[in-house]
Amino acid sequence: MAAPETAPAAAGPSPGGSALAPEGGEITATATDTQLSLRGLLHSKRALTGTGIVVLLALFCFVGPLLYHTNQVTVVLGIENSPPGPGHPLGTDQYGIDVLGRLMTGGQSSLELGFAVGIATTLIGLLYGAVSGMAGGIVDALMMRIVDTVLAVPTFILLIIVASMFSLSLSIIIVILTVLSWPYTARLIRGQVLALREREFVQAARTMGASSRWILARHMVPNTLGVSVVTATFAIADSIYALSALSFLGIGPPPPFTDWGTMLTDGVNNLFNGYWWQVYPPLIVLVLIVVAFRQVGDALNDIVSGHRSNVLRRRRRFRLLPLSAPRDA
Amino acid sequence: MTQYLIRRAGQSVAVVIGVMILTFLLLHLEPGSVARSVLGLKATPARVAIFDSLYGLNKPLYVQFGIYVKQIFQGNLGVSYQLQQPVASLIAQRLPRDAILLGLSTLLALMIGVPTGIYQAARHNRLADDLLAGSWFTLYSAPDFMEALLLIALLCVQFHVLPAAFPGSVNSIGGLFADWPALVLPVAVLSVNSVAGFSQYVRSTALQALAEDYIRVARAKGLPERLVLTRHVLRNSLLPVITILGLSLPDIVAGAVIAESIFNFPGMGLLFWQSALAHDFPVMLGGTLIIGVATVLGNLAADIAYSTLDPRIRYGGT
Repeated sequence: MAAPETAPAAAGPSPGGSALAPEGGEITATATDTQLSLRGLLHSKRALTGTGIVVLLALFCFVGPLLYHTNQVTVVLGIENSPPGPGHPLGTDQYGIDVLGRLMTGGQSSLELGFAVGIATTLIGLLYGAVSGMAGGIVDALMMRIVDTVLAVPTFILLIIVASMFSLSLSIIIVILTVLSWPYTARLIRGQVLALREREFVQAARTMGASSRWILARHMVPNTLGVSVVTATFAIADSIYALSALSFLGIGPPPPFTDWGTMLTDGVNNLFNGYWWQVYPPLIVLVLIVVAFRQVGDALNDIVSGHRSNVLRRRRRFRLLPLSAPRDA
Repeated sequence: MTQYLIRRAGQSVAVVIGVMILTFLLLHLEPGSVARSVLGLKATPARVAIFDSLYGLNKPLYVQFGIYVKQIFQGNLGVSYQLQQPVASLIAQRLPRDAILLGLSTLLALMIGVPTGIYQAARHNRLADDLLAGSWFTLYSAPDFMEALLLIALLCVQFHVLPAAFPGSVNSIGGLFADWPALVLPVAVLSVNSVAGFSQYVRSTALQALAEDYIRVARAKGLPERLVLTRHVLRNSLLPVITILGLSLPDIVAGAVIAESIFNFPGMGLLFWQSALAHDFPVMLGGTLIIGVATVLGNLAADIAYSTLDPRIRYGGT
């Protein structure tokens, strides 16, 4: 938890009792936050391990099927539920489909979903939060109450409701999860923007006659990028998890769609028959990928918050799904 | 302080109104029409028209919203399509059971999480801390249902120590406790997730506390480390836990949906899950409204408790 202390240079006056001014005072950076974060990333063992696991699993899911050809389409009743053995290193499932191959196909949808939701959530949240923070006043208040409303209801609950309304496919789930999870990022970014607004370089830009749009694009967005990346990694982990939980509850997309959660659910029904190979492989990769993304997020977060106010750090310990309504950041 | 409270309460009211709008809109987003859901697909257009005018469904949306809000304040949350019972009474039956389940598991989580967090802070960056942090992190990251399934596989299937699910007949609080062995696993599973959060949070606040001058003073005057930890660190790290309790309410509720559906616990979560499978929207949205309001109130209560318990905190006009 040792946050690298930055030299507290002449602390800028934090006007108007803003509780959001950076704690360590102004920072004299020679590199942008993003560069610093990247550099930090290369030095963090946790982040590197996490990234390594993610890359390996992505290779496994997307390149694996090119090397390891299996039948993932037709039901082969002769070999259903067969234990690991030659030809089927991880056995077969109740339809006689190779579990190792299934793991790859299922992982594709889990990973696609994670990355799509992570990126979309971050983009929308970044924009919304930045606009809200820059606008201030009644616009800000209104925009934030919308965010509060969505955050007041557990995302998972909303997800279940909306999911039960539509016939689901991967793209619809991506849309739903994005719509439900951007408010968290928006809220966080707004807090950052409020703090940045009082910083000297932004005030200098304003004095020089820069328009709000210019400040937004040139100062706010680049300086909140680090925080955004952190929330993106958490969003990825959370959405993979959410999809698996949804499938687990039997409200996920119908077959032939498959993801690790679906595999796990199907396997659990057979766990009591002793078909352990249908449960543990998806369970292990699911835990592995979620832990890996959270490790990256956690490590990045330490890096980012090391030279920034620790708003995020206070929050992050307590995020499971993007569910909680954060206090005034 | 009063000013802060008024502002905070105002915000909460705004959010509650927002949640009402949200549930109302979701109710209307439902594919098909309410009449079709209730009367069935074979209903004649005439019957649909009668149903619509009976429930005011042919009126403009804002008028319908007015009716919806009025009904909510009269305690009417609609009628379940599936069970043909008022949603309010369905929820009222189940809320006390959830209070027991969530209360017990949160209490257990605090009893384990707080001491572990302090212990980890005291052993900061040593092996014990790393091991605990690592295992909490894995548990925290693992899906809720994984822990439930592993426990079932181990304790119910392998060793037959505990029942895997509640018997369907349990429908009273007394029944819950009479079947206490069935209560063990849901409580355990729900608390595992919270423990991870609590302990890591307490660990970081305790670390902050340990760096304070008053700790140095306490040590300098020769206070045994045990007393330093219990008297000074514990007290000062307990406070932020209140906020965390308020904030974790949605997480706990979401966890409850999964745990209750696994263990057949007759609470809101199970009701919610069954309604989702049956497309029973009034029940889901009634439940959502209650959960939303509970979250808002929980956060408000946490803020108030926080400021009342710590004399140092004075909310200014930020």
